Order: sequence, then C-alpha cells, then structure tokens
Amino acid sequence: MKHKVATTVNGRRHEHEVEARLLLVHYLRDVVGLTGTHVGCDTSQCGACTILVDGNAVKSCTMFAVQAEGKSLTTIEGMAKDGELHPLQQAFWDEHGLQCGYCTPGFIMAASYLLSQNPNPTEDEIRKGLEGNLCRCTGYVNIIKSVQSAAKAMNGSKAKAGEHSAAARRS
Amino acid sequence: MAITTMIGAKIHRREDPRLVSGEGRYIDDFTRPGTLFLSVVRSPHAHARIKSIDITAATKAPGVVAIYTHKDFAKVIAGTMPAAPAFVAEKKQIPPRFPIADKEVAYQGEPVAVVLTETKYQSTDAANLIEVDYEPLPAVMDLEHALDANAPKAHSNAPDNVGWDLTYIPEDANVMKEADVVVKQRILQQRLAPTPMEPRGVLAEYSRPDASMTIWMSSQNPHFIRLFLAGALGIPETRIRVISPDVGGGFGSKISPYSEDYLVPAAAKLSGRPVKWIETRTESIQTTTHGRGQYFDVEAGAKKDGTLVALKVTQYLDIGAYVGTFGAFQACACLLSTGAYNWKHVSARTVGILTNRVPTDPYRGAGRPEATHLCERMIDLLAEAIQMDPAAIRRKNFITEFPHTSHFGLVYDSGEYEKAMDKAMEIAGYEKLRREQEEARKKGRYLGIGISSWIEICGFGPSAGTAPATGGIALVESAQVRVFPTGSVTVYVGTHSHGQGHDTTFPQIVADTLGVPYDMIELRHGDTAEGPAFGYGTYGSRSLAVGGMAVHKASKKIVDKARKLAAHIFEAAEEDVEFDQGHFYVKGSPDKRKALGEIAFASFGAGLPEGMEHGLEAVAYYDPSNFVWPFGTHIAVVEVDAETGAVDLQRYIAVDDCGNVINPMIVDGQIHGGIAQGIAQALFEEVVYDDDTGQMKTGTLTDYMIPTMNEFPLFELDRTVTPSPTNELGVKGIGEAGTIASSAAVINAICDALSPFGIKHVDMPASPDRLWNQIKASRGASHNGKEARK
Ligand code: FES
Ligand code: FES
Repeated sequence: MKHKVATTVNGRRHEHEVEARLLLVHYLRDVVGLTGTHVGCDTSQCGACTILVDGNAVKSCTMFAVQAEGKSLTTIEGMAKDGELHPLQQAFWDEHGLQCGYCTPGFIMAASYLLSQNPNPTEDEIRKGLEGNLCRCTGYVNIIKSVQSAAKAMNGSKAKAGEHSAAARRS
Repeated sequence: MAITTMIGAKIHRREDPRLVSGEGRYIDDFTRPGTLFLSVVRSPHAHARIKSIDITAATKAPGVVAIYTHKDFAKVIAGTMPAAPAFVAEKKQIPPRFPIADKEVAYQGEPVAVVLTETKYQSTDAANLIEVDYEPLPAVMDLEHALDANAPKAHSNAPDNVGWDLTYIPEDANVMKEADVVVKQRILQQRLAPTPMEPRGVLAEYSRPDASMTIWMSSQNPHFIRLFLAGALGIPETRIRVISPDVGGGFGSKISPYSEDYLVPAAAKLSGRPVKWIETRTESIQTTTHGRGQYFDVEAGAKKDGTLVALKVTQYLDIGAYVGTFGAFQACACLLSTGAYNWKHVSARTVGILTNRVPTDPYRGAGRPEATHLCERMIDLLAEAIQMDPAAIRRKNFITEFPHTSHFGLVYDSGEYEKAMDKAMEIAGYEKLRREQEEARKKGRYLGIGISSWIEICGFGPSAGTAPATGGIALVESAQVRVFPTGSVTVYVGTHSHGQGHDTTFPQIVADTLGVPYDMIELRHGDTAEGPAFGYGTYGSRSLAVGGMAVHKASKKIVDKARKLAAHIFEAAEEDVEFDQGHFYVKGSPDKRKALGEIAFASFGAGLPEGMEHGLEAVAYYDPSNFVWPFGTHIAVVEVDAETGAVDLQRYIAVDDCGNVINPMIVDGQIHGGIAQGIAQALFEEVVYDDDTGQMKTGTLTDYMIPTMNEFPLFELDRTVTPSPTNELGVKGIGEAGTIASSAAVINAICDALSPFGIKHVDMPASPDRLWNQIKASRGASHNGKEARK
C-alpha cells in the first residue's frame, strides 16, 4: 500500500506516493532525485546520510519517508545560495577537508547543525558534535580545521552584516 | 624545461566545488532506463556443500524478473577468476574460483544465487525467499593449526591447506651465534576490513544489437577490469567500456575483480536489461577482500654495542578461501623486513595458508605496514635487551649509502634516514619527553614514546620487475595529451583518482612542462573509452611516480613537435629555438616569441614542414627504471591507564620524505589519512570470526571499530626533501606512507609505556581489554615472584 507524503526539500514542495517502509534517504535519492545525500552503512553509524529536518541534524537512514510528512528538509544541494558556496562548503574546500568526498555532504550538514547550536565551538566540542560521522580518508585533522574556519567566517560575516570574503584560491 | 611555478604550489583542488555541493557522481548515483536491481544470496556458512537451491517461492515474489545460479552463469562466464603471481611466482595450489559457487561454498558470504527485480527493496525481499539446503563441512579457522595433518581442508577436494611455501633467503643456523643478544617474537597482524566509506557497486548495460557492454563501477583500475571481463565474457575490449566515476575511497580494496564484477554484467546479458548491484555495508565487511591477516615468527640478533647482526622472518599469511588476485603481494613484507637498516644476515620465508575466510588482498600499504611493524618492533626489543635508547640503535644502523642494494636484490634509490629522524625528534622534543616520562613514572603514570623509522617500496613499477608479478602486463603507465587549436589542453591518464587529487596535481605538472596556464588544462580518467589503449590504475603509491611521469613525458613530446614547427615558422634551425615558460623564440630574440597555443593553432593550418602531420597531440607510456623509496620517522606519545588499559594517544609527529612535492596540501592530506588508518589498526580495528562456526562477529560498523573524530590528536607534520634519482620529477609516492609507519609508532609507544611492568610486546589491536589483561598478568607474575622469594 502506498502512502502520500508531502515535504519541502531545499525550499521546494514535493508530493509523492511511497511505500511505508521507504527510508527517507532513499526517498531523497531515488524519488526526489537528489543524490548528494549518501549511504555508507546499514546500521546508522556513518552519518553519510545526514540532512537537516526542520533544522535538526538527522541521519536520513533512520527515518521513514512518511515520517517526514509536512517537514522541511535541507540537503547538501540546498546549502549554496545564489551560486555561492555556503561558508562550510567553502571552508572544506579551503582547508582540504575532503579527499574522496563521499562523507563530505554528511559532515557539512552535521557541522551546519553544530554551528547553528554553538557558533563558536572549541576543538573538543567539534569532536563531540561530529562523532556521529565517519571519514575514512582524512584522519579528521582537516575536517576539524574546516569547521573552525567556517565558524570564524560565519561569525565574521555576521559581524560585517553579511559581507562575504572569498578565500584566496591559491596561496 | 619551463621554470617551475606550479609544481610545489598549494593549489586547492578543482574537484572540490562539485564534491562539496553534492554533485559528485558515485556509482549509486547512476541509473539506466529499465534498470533491474540485483541482490546476491550468500552462504551463511564458512564451509558447506550445497545440496539444493529452491527458488519456487522467490519466483512468485513481487517484481522478480529472473533468478540465476551457477548453471546459468556457467553459460556466459568462461574460466576462473585470476590470481596473479605477485611476489610468489610458484604456488602449491590455487583453488579454482568461479564468481558464484556451484557445489561447495568456502567462506561466509560466497555468492550462491542472484535475484533480479524491478525495484531495490523487492530484490532483498525475494533473496530472502530463496531456500538453499546446505550440508555444513568442517571449517579451517585456526591459522596456527591449519597445516596440521588432521586439520580440516578449506576445500574438500584439496590435498591440504598450503597455498604457497617460499623461502626467499634460506636460514644459516650459524649466523645468530655472531650476536650477543637474540630476541624472538611472534607478531600478529590482525585481519582488517578496508571499509572505504562508499561500498562497491556495479551497473551494467548490454546492447544485443551492438554486442557491447557498458559497465559503471567503483574501481581503482577500470582498464584491468575490462581486460579480465573481456576474457571471461568473450567480448573484445573494443566492445567493453568500463567507467569508474567518482569513487568514495578504495584503499586497495577496489583493485581486484570481484564476483559481482562478473555476475552483474553477465546478468545484464542474460536478462537483456540493465542491472545494478550496490553493496551493503554488511556485505562490504563480509565479502570485500580483507587486509593483513598474518602472523610472523621473528628472531633478531645484535651486538652489545647495538650493531644489527641477523634477522630471521617467517610469515604465515591467511590467504582466505581463494587466492586473491593480488593476494600474494603481501608476501613483500618479507622483502622489506630489513627496513631502514644494515643487517649483516637475513633469512625470510613466506607460507600462504588457505582458510575458510574471505580472501585477503592488498589494503593500504599491503605488506609494507607489516614489514615496518615487525622490523621496528624487533629494533625496539633489541634496544631494550641491550639497554640502548631506541633512537640511538636506529641511528647506529641506518643505511647511509645510496643506491643501496638489499639482501633481496632490491635497490633503494635515495634516502637520508637520520635527517628525518632528527627532525621528528626535534619536533617531538624527545629528550624532554624522556624526562617527563621519568617524572610521570614516579607518580605512577605511564607515558610512552614510540619511534617508527619507515621505508617503502612503491611506484610500481619497472616492467622488468612487475610483468612477471602480474603474469604478463607490466605496470608502466600511460598518458595522452591533446592540445586544441586555441591552446587549451586535455590530458587522459590511466591512473584513477579517488581522493588523491590528480585532477589538480597532474595539471600542475603539465602547466610547468608545457608552460600553459593551469586553468586551461583538464584531466580525464576512469573511462576506458577515452585515452590510451591501456591504463594501469591507482594503487601501490604509483600514480605520481609512474603516471605523473607519463604525463610529463607526453607533454615533452608535445614540446618537441611544437619546437620543430616553431623553427619552421621562425625559419630557424631547431637547435636555435628556445622554449621557456610556454614560449618559443630564436636564441637572442626573446621579444619575437610565440606561445605554445599559437603553435598549436598553426599545427592545424597549412604550410607545415615537409612530412609533419597535423595536430598537436601525443601518447606516452612511461616505464620507470626502478621503484621509488620514500621514508621517514614517526613518533607517537601515549599514556596508558594501568587501571583500565585505556590508551590516550596524546601526540603524533610525522616527518616524511617523498622526494619533490607537487602539492604540499595534498601530500599532507594523504599522510593524515594514512596515519589514521595505521592507528586504527594499532588500537581499534579487527575482523573477528567465530572459531567454531566461521561466522563473522564484526559484520557491521557497530562491531567493526572505524575510529571517529574523537580518537585522534591533530597530527604534527613536517618533511625533508630528498629527490628521487629514479625519475626526472624527483618524486616518490606518499599514498600509503602514513599507514606503513603508524602502527609501529603507536605499539612501540605502548610497549615503552608498559616497560615498568616488564611487558615487552603488545599485539594489535591494543584494546583496553588486551592491555588490562597483560598488565594484570604481569602484576600477578611479579606478585608471585615476591611470594616465591619470601
Ligand atoms: S547511511 Fe550510515 S548513518 Fe545513514
Ligand atoms: S573524504 Fe573520503 S570518507 Fe571522508
């Protein structure tokens, strides 16, 4: 039996009929067609599927699509605005916070939730805040730096009323 | 050659904007119209006879289009899966391996049947309805006793469990007598699951009218896969196209062909529909090849003054149920076991043992982490035995003359081992750490400092050395450089980037060689329909030292042709034409110059010199003259809680030397990731099977302990630069270095911390449980000792 589900994904409304057992991550990838949210495990350990559900970080493999009825979802595809990378995306680029990039969307979404709760996290708070995400490539060193640098940029840009300073591409 | 500007620069990766935006395209992001989903029914037993397979119920399940078993695949797949000689030319036995089991299964997870359905979820539902009747057989799970006469056999029709038994250098019983002290140690290398964050996956589409096959898969070397599939499927290479798009990590586990790489295309051919299979994480841990899985019996002797005398190594390697395609590669642990040191005598033997576990194959470092680990452990054990500082014994025995020919005939190209160690000790503040350690011990706190001076053979490799190892295909590398009429450049390479940043670093090389702006150069890889006829892939830290050189060589061919054309345009002799930073001019008149782009445009026009072909493009195959030999020293600082056995890794210092550096940011990133994987082996990860049933007990990420962000300090990195004399760029590899060095540094630090307890050796993973038991046992022992003296 199919169930109606209506969601807002990255600001756009979607209505579909889905199986009750369809996982939210598969709904996003296979039904809505946004493949930036990844699947890295089957036991909710890796965090590659992390998205925001009404502003809260959620591993989208732990929810059914029908449970997202009426909710506002943000995926990695919704982070850049007007062709400009989100400061977290920019920071991961600047600080070499990714290698294969498979874990990256999940990290960026989890980090965006962390910074929304705690705009100035210490190194330790970053570690605690992102311990639900696994990366096999980076040893996490540059991911920590990326989040620190994004926090700085976001606080700075708030202070400067949204003025955006693009980091130099070469140094 | 143009003046270096881009080589050595910290250029941010051009692939990143796409990847941070969710626009990477990994295997599961591809689909074709009418795609069927494939699920694999796998053996739940480590070893069993298949009595019957009943598909009646599954056939009626919703969405089922086809169910195939061995008899169906036998019609479209020929031969058996390959097992390369690697470092063991002669094997005692190679159990024939077909991609799907027929009458007998030999490891948990071996494919038995596949089901094809209209939707993803239906395929799992239907797979659960297939009834396989098994007769369980005794399984070989105990490596130590697998060669006993009464041991069960991994394959019921096999004579025994010996895959190979090869002595590289025989033992001379007399040589140990030259030593003042001899230490003996058994060293375990637990099985590891490579666990790239993206599991494997295959999508295949067969065109009946064209008799052609297109395959998308997550692979480190699509050309080799095409070669293997051409043979197995009976389709010429011209009609097989393998595309390996963005790949979410490989670490060696996406080199060899897997069962599904054959079954999915074959199912597409049988069903006439595109077929897709995506590995679950549980399947990945269970059936993707494992790394390590060995133990070593090692004996080492030294003089009282620290001079190394003799090393004797025997490797026992758990092959698994079948010989992995490059499974025997890990025997190179024997060949590298002497490490960075001069040893007077060496002997080495490798024994490969068949068991009922998933096959082992290369995993980041592959044989070289094992070599470093055993060598660096033995050096510390010797230092302890003669009461010498671990740094001092290393310093005394480092190889200092290069090129250096090892006991095994390998030629180390260059190195300055002491310099790297000194730098690491300086950053660590070694002397101060030793003082802190002493103070801490007085207060009952156990600090430990561990040194690991590593070397590595990489950059596979010269044709003479590698063609015999693969069974014929030399691991050279290819590149094609095409210059378009307006001077923009596309470069096609046979390597495959899956995190290593080639899209950025290879154009850096081309920019310097051609003097063309970096932004005008594109790199393409991962599609066998493009570029040279064959590419060799990315593994063994070879991409830069071999692939980067192929790119460089092809670029130089471009310059050579362009120079001829420029001379013609200038009406000058070729030898009078200079090339500097992308411009040609006649000696003495640098103001009348022409950019390479202008020459490119001219190469498509009229009035070329007599006999010159149009266009400006070149293909190059680069065959290195030797392997390359990076090195370095890592230092770990730990504190062990003697009450709980918990290890606090406080600092980690790495000074590495990979010759000239193309992009320091990317090199550091590779080292970070490598260190993390070696620490993960030292402290956390282990694939555990139940010894009786052969069932895997660590089949999910809940039980298989991939470290999180909480487990590592921020690594402190520095480097020395000793250019490689092997290639013109002076480069060596760095992809595996961190992993090769780090397990030994951490374990040496733990052993150092626990030396007050008389603990000399700790096996991996050094879990709190393992350490607590060792500490407890040693406390018990010393307590009993006191009792005895009373
Ligand atoms: S896919 Fe791993 S946590 Fe969701
Ligand atoms: S960048 Fe590859 S898993 Fe994180």
